[in-house]
Amino acid sequence: MSNWLDKIMPSMIRSDSKQRTSVPEGLWKKCPKCGAFLYKPELDKNLDVCPKCEHHLRVSARRRLDIFLDEDGREEIAAELEPWDRLKFKDSKRYKERLAQNQKATGEKDALIAMKGRTLGIPLVAVSFEFNFLGGSMGQVVGEKFVRAANIALEERIPLVCFSASGGARMQEAILSLMQMAKTAAVLERMKQEGIPYISVLTDPVFGGVSASLAMLGDLNIAEPYALIGFAGPRVIEQTVREKLPEGFQRSEFLLEHGALDMIVHRHEMRFKIASVLAKLTGQDQPEAEAAIDLEGIKPDQPAPESTDAPAS
Amino acid sequence: MNPNYLDFEQPIADLEAKIEELRLVGNDSDINITDEISRLKHKSVTLTESIFSNLTPWDIARLARHPRRPYTLDYLEMVFDDFDELHGDRHYADDLSIVGGPARLDGRPVMVIGHQKGREVRDKVKRNFGMPRPEGYRKALRLMEMAERFRMPILTFIDTPGAYPGIGAEERGQSEAIAYNLAVMSRLKTPVISTVIGEGGSGGALAIGVCDRLYMLQYSTYAVISPEGCASILWKSAEHAAQAAEAMGITADRLKELKLADKVIPEPMGGAHRAPKEIAKALKEQLKAGLDELCALSTEDLVSQRYERLTSYDTGR
Repeated sequence: MSNWLDKIMPSMIRSDSKQRTSVPEGLWKKCPKCGAFLYKPELDKNLDVCPKCEHHLRVSARRRLDIFLDEDGREEIAAELEPWDRLKFKDSKRYKERLAQNQKATGEKDALIAMKGRTLGIPLVAVSFEFNFLGGSMGQVVGEKFVRAANIALEERIPLVCFSASGGARMQEAILSLMQMAKTAAVLERMKQEGIPYISVLTDPVFGGVSASLAMLGDLNIAEPYALIGFAGPRVIEQTVREKLPEGFQRSEFLLEHGALDMIVHRHEMRFKIASVLAKLTGQDQPEAEAAIDLEGIKPDQPAPESTDAPAS
Repeated sequence: MNPNYLDFEQPIADLEAKIEELRLVGNDSDINITDEISRLKHKSVTLTESIFSNLTPWDIARLARHPRRPYTLDYLEMVFDDFDELHGDRHYADDLSIVGGPARLDGRPVMVIGHQKGREVRDKVKRNFGMPRPEGYRKALRLMEMAERFRMPILTFIDTPGAYPGIGAEERGQSEAIAYNLAVMSRLKTPVISTVIGEGGSGGALAIGVCDRLYMLQYSTYAVISPEGCASILWKSAEHAAQAAEAMGITADRLKELKLADKVIPEPMGGAHRAPKEIAKALKEQLKAGLDELCALSTEDLVSQRYERLTSYDTGR
């Protein structure tokens, strides 16, 4: 709505109409599944899980590791790796420009963050995909960083945990990104031969070249609830087979039912579940469970804006 | 227009039709047209040369999918002896878009595995247009592990638009099937040579393409996504496929420059489909040379060199 109209409208109507049409900046976020307005501090405390419908919202790579790792003794791995445009790729925009744009928007150099640390005291290496960086796509830097992280896990004989969220291979690195599938699979096979555990956690969404390489090769494949996971995207499949896809197709629950996953784990339980499994696989004592998240006392001063539009599906 | 010719091949087709016509006329008349025929033949050669010296990556992408291009079973016939086709993944089905089994290359036992497209409509459907489902990759894996046990080198032939994007394929774990092959192939204790004979379509190609040596026929392609797919995502329209083909660098020469392909096997003038026997001979020689090289390595060196190859990283600095 243009400014002059705002000015001549009675203030009551104005604020009303604003509440109906948009989410107030900063304090509220809309759940993409149930459409409820969520109070940000409460959502933060709840690890970006909707308190109303338990939908797991997407989180950044850094936040993911921040949630997963103990606070002390974190060490970032291969932070210096930077992407470069070997193919001089250009579509409607130069790849170089896209990189710069995505680096600015996310504050990351590329789509994977790797850290050494502990989870409930269990030493491990953890990597995490930044979906907001070109759709978490895997190019040369993602592949190389993954391998370097795995190499540290191999050297120190500690487990590797990967949180994937990716549309697949990075088209702008063309054939070079395809080769990252073989590269990451090779290092994971070496870990397997060496008896070092690898846990793959699939978070919404995981497709294509990432799904068909590192994400499906875990000793355990774990997913968050309701994550969309597959090889081909639903639209491509629909166009190919020309029929309606079954209900819940390619969701975590569907994959569990079809035997592709070991378990679906709620984000609140993830730290403990992984630490508990790893402790068994590596002959360490069972870690102590953490207190449940308590949302008591985090209440907004004002009521949530009224949701009038239909919830997103 | 003859569906067996691409648009840029059409002038050649026209000329050849004319030669054929003249030849038929010549057969039942006394007029000497030998000179005219040889003149036209010469013209046809020059025309082919000039057309084929100016191919764009998109032209090459279409040649790689040429309906008359030799497929894996054709090479099995022309390059190998005593092929025994083996079937099934032992879990679910026999996927006919991948064929494989033991054969002999100049007497040497080898395991041959390749994508297979169909020639005529019914055959195309039977072969699912060369797009494997998980059971195809699992059959391939079974054969590769068998080859490893019996110390047979593995020769794979890549020719697929990609892994099949279907409901059943997803239900049975398309991603896992591909990923698992990549992992196991990285450590097979037997030499693996992959040759792209047509289309190298993404993960569906790589799933039988992790190797010690990668060869590409001159007019084959290898890419992370089809030019049409890339165009529809990045240019928002499949009509920009030619641009996408150019940008992605999908040709054999480009892959050689990037040091991903070890050898480009030159094709006869006009492409492999114009002289299948010739390309088969060149392929056979190259495969034999490759095997000689790889079989001279100790198993340990073979596997560690492959690992090096797979995990190396070019910083560009």
